Amino acid sequence: MGHLGWTDLWCVLIRPPNKASRLCTETASMRIMVAIKRVIDYAVKIRVKPDKSGVETSNVKMSMNPFCEIALEEALRIKESGRASEVVAVSVGPAQCVDTLRTGLAMGADRAIHVEFPGTLYPLSIAKILKALVDAEKPGLLLLGKQAIDDDCNQTGQMIAGLLKWPQGTFASKVVLDEENKVATVDREVDGGLETLCLDLPAVITTDLRLNQPRYASLPNIMKAKSKVIKKLTPQDLNIEIRSDLEVVQVTDPPKRKAGVILSSVDELIDKLKNEARVL
Amino acid sequence: MRGLISSSSKSKSSKSLLSYSIAIQFPPLHSPSDSSQSSVKNLYSSSCFRNSTSTEPLSRNRNGFFSSGYSRNPAKIADFGGNGCGFWRAQGLVAGARSFSGEPVSRESLNYDVVIVGAGPAGLSAAIRLKQLCREKDVDLSVCVVEKGAEVGAHILSGNVFEPRALNELLPNWKQEEAPIHVPVSSDKFWLLSKTRAFPCPSPFNNRGNYVISLSQLVRWLGLKAEELGVEIYPGFAASEILYDTTDKVIGIATNDMGVAKDGSKKDNFQPGVELKGRVTLFAEGCRGSLSEEVIRKFNLREQGQGQHQTYALGIKEVWEVSADKHQAGSVLHTLGWPLDSRTYGGSFLYHMKDRQVAVGFVVALNYHNPFLNPYEEFQRFKHHPAISPLLEGGTVLEYGARTLNEGGYQSIPYPVFPGGAIIGCSAGFLNVPKIKGSHTAMKSGMLAAESVFRTLHEGSPLEAFWDSLKSSWIWKELHSARNYRPAFEYGFFPGLALSALEHYILKGRSPWTLKHGRPDHEATAEAQLFRPIDYPKPDGVISFDVPTSLYRSNTNHDHDQPAHLRLRDPKIPELVNVPVYAGPESRYCPARVYEYVADESGHLKLQINAQNCLHCKACDIKDPKQNIKWTVPEGGGGPAYTIM
Repeated sequence: MGHLGWTDLWCVLIRPPNKASRLCTETASMRIMVAIKRVIDYAVKIRVKPDKSGVETSNVKMSMNPFCEIALEEALRIKESGRASEVVAVSVGPAQCVDTLRTGLAMGADRAIHVEFPGTLYPLSIAKILKALVDAEKPGLLLLGKQAIDDDCNQTGQMIAGLLKWPQGTFASKVVLDEENKVATVDREVDGGLETLCLDLPAVITTDLRLNQPRYASLPNIMKAKSKVIKKLTPQDLNIEIRSDLEVVQVTDPPKRKAGVILSSVDELIDKLKNEARVL
Repeated sequence: MRGLISSSSKSKSSKSLLSYSIAIQFPPLHSPSDSSQSSVKNLYSSSCFRNSTSTEPLSRNRNGFFSSGYSRNPAKIADFGGNGCGFWRAQGLVAGARSFSGEPVSRESLNYDVVIVGAGPAGLSAAIRLKQLCREKDVDLSVCVVEKGAEVGAHILSGNVFEPRALNELLPNWKQEEAPIHVPVSSDKFWLLSKTRAFPCPSPFNNRGNYVISLSQLVRWLGLKAEELGVEIYPGFAASEILYDTTDKVIGIATNDMGVAKDGSKKDNFQPGVELKGRVTLFAEGCRGSLSEEVIRKFNLREQGQGQHQTYALGIKEVWEVSADKHQAGSVLHTLGWPLDSRTYGGSFLYHMKDRQVAVGFVVALNYHNPFLNPYEEFQRFKHHPAISPLLEGGTVLEYGARTLNEGGYQSIPYPVFPGGAIIGCSAGFLNVPKIKGSHTAMKSGMLAAESVFRTLHEGSPLEAFWDSLKSSWIWKELHSARNYRPAFEYGFFPGLALSALEHYILKGRSPWTLKHGRPDHEATAEAQLFRPIDYPKPDGVISFDVPTSLYRSNTNHDHDQPAHLRLRDPKIPELVNVPVYAGPESRYCPARVYEYVADESGHLKLQINAQNCLHCKACDIKDPKQNIKWTVPEGGGGPAYTIM
């Protein structure tokens, strides 16, 4: 602290008091963490493995889960509007997840963290890992896609909010941050229509389709992302033991739809409903 | 929702959801007062050859440009390919219809020593060879490869019985480095098919030492090897524009803008294209590459080369997983004859890969005469032959795809060097037709180009040395001795077979003559009135399938909200020529059902372009009778996602 000299006074006089910049410097220290998942590309035809243990993933095109792309895009837009200072992308999975993280870096994320685990992961394990990362990185906002297109679980966002005891705004179709009052106003797409919630930050928000349209990663950004460092961790580093209470017994194709039958009389209909469909 | 498959003409509402027609309607250049064929021909020929080097000032219609979106000066516009004023002006109209302010969009520019368009066998071999030479001579050259597919290998489709000759030269340790080349050819069969029987014939091939592979897998491996050596590969970026300097030298390419809506306006996620400037630019886009064709036309490379036009065939392929007892790894089968008639050149292939996978495909030369021929349906019909269907029964189709291939061979090789770069691989055309192999010659051409490019950049020697190195390489010897097989079939099926037998067994490639090709493929289509529609059997859903089912297995997709990448030079020609004269052949030869004729309210057939289905095979660019369809590159990342093709 010491005593103020001439230069200090001069600096104070020259710099105009800027309300916006003062606010920016205060809240712009907010970090946003985005969890992204590497899944089979949405346009690829899915094939069940012959041994019915799962879905064929070798020699299949993989990409970032579309809802995770939307979450990352929202985080980048918040950062570009000045309300956040840093976007950290995290992913949990096998070694190839770094490709997805590099795409995230190319879109504009500042840092990336990869928690490497080659086996099957269920939402609760992911949520526990994310909790450990949140405790370490201390973001002001955690964004996720509402669900992954491979398992359609729609659980991770809700679980992590429960573990962290943070408020959650799921299926977000609009997110507005109010930095002064540290709240986020989230429009949620629910079965009955649109629900607007006001969440105190820090909060968990999961994104739905109509929130935004993700940007393309430009070629120069892809080039720069190649040299960015991705932090590598394992679940052991975070003191998490991956343990699942679920076991996939069998994965099969849905049964082929049978052709419709045109009946000739009501009696025939009753007969079929009674004896074949057994609903009467 | 997967909106890629167009419905049949029955349900109109779903049609509007699932497909999009060409949004662009331009006024005709001259108003045709009558629809007689002669006036249409005048329309076409006059629009095509109207001088595009006019120096009249930019009218409103010519502002902007379709791919880059910025106003280009008149001199540059005149340089942009010889597509004919009609098409080009239409593009100007498209741009004018956009909601741009008209100011130039500034594009970022990146400089490299070598820019390679296309991450296929030729492009990656060139890149790898360049980096190897850099290491040997202890210099460094920056090499950038752009690829329109979403991943390296996503747009690669080939039979493929692979001759490792070029790979042995390029990466001799490929086996230790775990190249995906595992299945040596174990048997080589050749059958002549009639409708019900298969007659074994002596196999004209010698596939000892060759392997049955998936070229997509091999190219992915080559991509890894290239990246290890320091090559920068950017999949998902489509080179759509060639950059020239004031002396008409090629100085690089520009990728297309991403995030442009169907009507031409910028979407929220608009991303301008990027200029990749190279001291040397290599085009390795594969058969009928869109930029390669532009360069060939601009610099008259066909006339300067071997002189003949290029001829093509369309290959349609499926990879099946069959039951283990029917699978024999390394088994190679080719057939001729049924279901094609004696005037149509083509045949099938059936290769057993590993893991119970079988590659089965059908190739039809695109100089067929009957406009009712449907190569896809011929393929489906072929699979029902009693000698073929037992193998496929009980199996499942893993992937489907289609791609055109060169059949011109020795006589059609263009002069591959132009100011600022060269053309390599199938974009030039080094496929050995009787062997049905082009991967090894494509790779070798890439390697030779790399050596010439290295000498040009390092020592200053002229790039024209590439042509000389081609002529003194084994590519030339091989293509020279293979040159008469395909043209012999111009005389008919059996004369062709007889001449081929003569070439193969007696003359052994030392024939004193060089046969010429027939008419170009698009001119070979005869009028529909001379033929009757072919009644193809309905698919049974077990061995044969309809197009939408097959298309689903190609994993092809494009963002639906982008301008259609299939451009009509004259939008009137489909109604005025293609339908009345040729019965709309594009609705039959396209293996993705991109082109559909749909009756409107008054009963007139209108062309609907389902560009989202496109497999990037280029058949339409080749076969359209009036060469009215121009295949341009869509937004990068779209198109098929082949993994084991």
